Amino acid sequence: MFSFCTDPSTLPQWQWFACYLTTATHFAFYRSFLMVILLLAITAPLALGMGLLGAMATRSRIWPVSWLGKGYVSIVRGVPDIVFFMFVPIALGQGIEWVFHHIQCPDWDQPIRQGNDFIVCREAKVPPVGAPAWVRNVYAFGMAVVAFALVFGAFAANTLYGAMQAIPRAQVETAEAYGMTRTQAFRRIIMPQMWVYALPGLSNIWQILIKATPLLFLLGLQDAVYWARELGGQKTSLYTYPPPDWRVWYFLVLLCFYLFLTWGSERIFARLNTRLSRGQATAAGERMRKAAA
Amino acid sequence: MRSCAESFEAYFLRPLGRDYGANLLPRGLDITFCDQVFLIAGGLIWNIYFAALAIFFGFGLAIAVAVAKFSETPWIWRPAAAFVFVFRGSPLFIQFFFFYSAFVLLPRAGVDIPLGFVTLTVQTSALTTAQVGGLIVLVLNTTAYSAELFYGALRSIPKGDLEAADAYGMSGFVKFRRVVFPSMLRLAWPSYTNEAIFLTHSTTLVFLSAFPARQQSGEAFYYARYFVDQTFNPFVAYPLVALYFVALTLAVIGLFGFVNRYLNRHLPRERRRPIRFRPQYIR
Repeated sequence: MFSFCTDPSTLPQWQWFACYLTTATHFAFYRSFLMVILLLAITAPLALGMGLLGAMATRSRIWPVSWLGKGYVSIVRGVPDIVFFMFVPIALGQGIEWVFHHIQCPDWDQPIRQGNDFIVCREAKVPPVGAPAWVRNVYAFGMAVVAFALVFGAFAANTLYGAMQAIPRAQVETAEAYGMTRTQAFRRIIMPQMWVYALPGLSNIWQILIKATPLLFLLGLQDAVYWARELGGQKTSLYTYPPPDWRVWYFLVLLCFYLFLTWGSERIFARLNTRLSRGQATAAGERMRKAAA
Repeated sequence: MRSCAESFEAYFLRPLGRDYGANLLPRGLDITFCDQVFLIAGGLIWNIYFAALAIFFGFGLAIAVAVAKFSETPWIWRPAAAFVFVFRGSPLFIQFFFFYSAFVLLPRAGVDIPLGFVTLTVQTSALTTAQVGGLIVLVLNTTAYSAELFYGALRSIPKGDLEAADAYGMSGFVKFRRVVFPSMLRLAWPSYTNEAIFLTHSTTLVFLSAFPARQQSGEAFYYARYFVDQTFNPFVAYPLVALYFVALTLAVIGLFGFVNRYLNRHLPRERRRPIRFRPQYIR
């Protein structure tokens, strides 16, 4: 990175650190923090969407739809989440390959599960055979996103369903008395107001989502945990920079990163809560009205 | 192929170590369905060990931290609040990594703590094992989470109860033991039940991360992962481990529900608060 970094073994203390912290692998480490943020940014809206769908399905009057919603929520919530994070990507991957296998190689006569192997024809491999590394990474990342969205969608569905039920019944009845249909009442009365009831639950889920992101490491992605282990481990003098066992410092950095994330989002949610409480028929809304008057 | 009885004998107690069953875990094509059933079930021993001991130690510590956080003296409540913030704000997964890499740095021979006239040698080698080091992390973690629950309960003790205690001339520890503590426990118990369940679920993280499973003796989810790695078939081991955990969860709910009934025994039946299971997932 810097011009004085040519021979690390002769450098004074601070320059050595400047060079050490700007190696290519360290930049990969810094980028992996962006990956965590990216995962959060993609997963959160997806999970919210899944949650909205699940909550609407649960409220539905058509019983197969409502059962589907209830089943989805209670299955995901009943099983330890870690099982889901490990199960979904591998099961989904095999499922996709199985479908492609039946579409593209209909005349394949051998069984797919042979002993302990899962064998599909060459054309059905996902990602395709010989795909570049970045395609594989994006695919693995996409699987992780799906797993996260599925699990956190169920949590969000539960919260949003509760929030929809928490809207005072009289308001919906008033809307119906004005001649609104069920859909119109939902869109005009329930949707705009439910967020204030949902916010405490959603902020909780968001915090849990943040704290679930290091599990990406278990799915084989090169995330911050992976790099912290790689870079912190003791190196032999074969390496240009042979530090001793510094894992504890790298994990301290990670710990602080997550503390900062949770602390920051707590503050943002507190602000959002005040904003959404304005003009609402709740204790907080009433207090704000009185303070203003 | 082994019969079911043989695999029970070979693997049910295997999670305790090599001396209690087969030397090696089953591998590749040699794996039978019964192997998976019994080895994963045997692994639950460690889940119960971690959960029970962490709740046992964490309960007392959490009450101390909660009372400290509720204190009005800044130099008492600030450290307690900081402790709760650090352990609730960061992922348990990272905490395991951090503490393991810190424990590894301790000298193997033990640390000498001079106490003036006598020198205390603290054994540190055990800290790098999951059974001790991992347990410590779990205890600290559950202490923080439960302390927050107890702190919330302390804040919502009815004013009248405290005034009644004052009117009877109680103060200090007597007031705490007879009025504050029972009320706090009763208010916090439903959420504490949930905390116990999450803790039970998060025992699956112990061997997932930093702490090594010596002699391949790990907990239930460790074996489930092992089988999925070996057979490349997630549709047997993961549903099995999920099933076991549902059973374990029900056992925890039953146990804590029993205590809940005891805590609320003086209330009329319709005012007793039943425990509602609200899964809160990962930490």
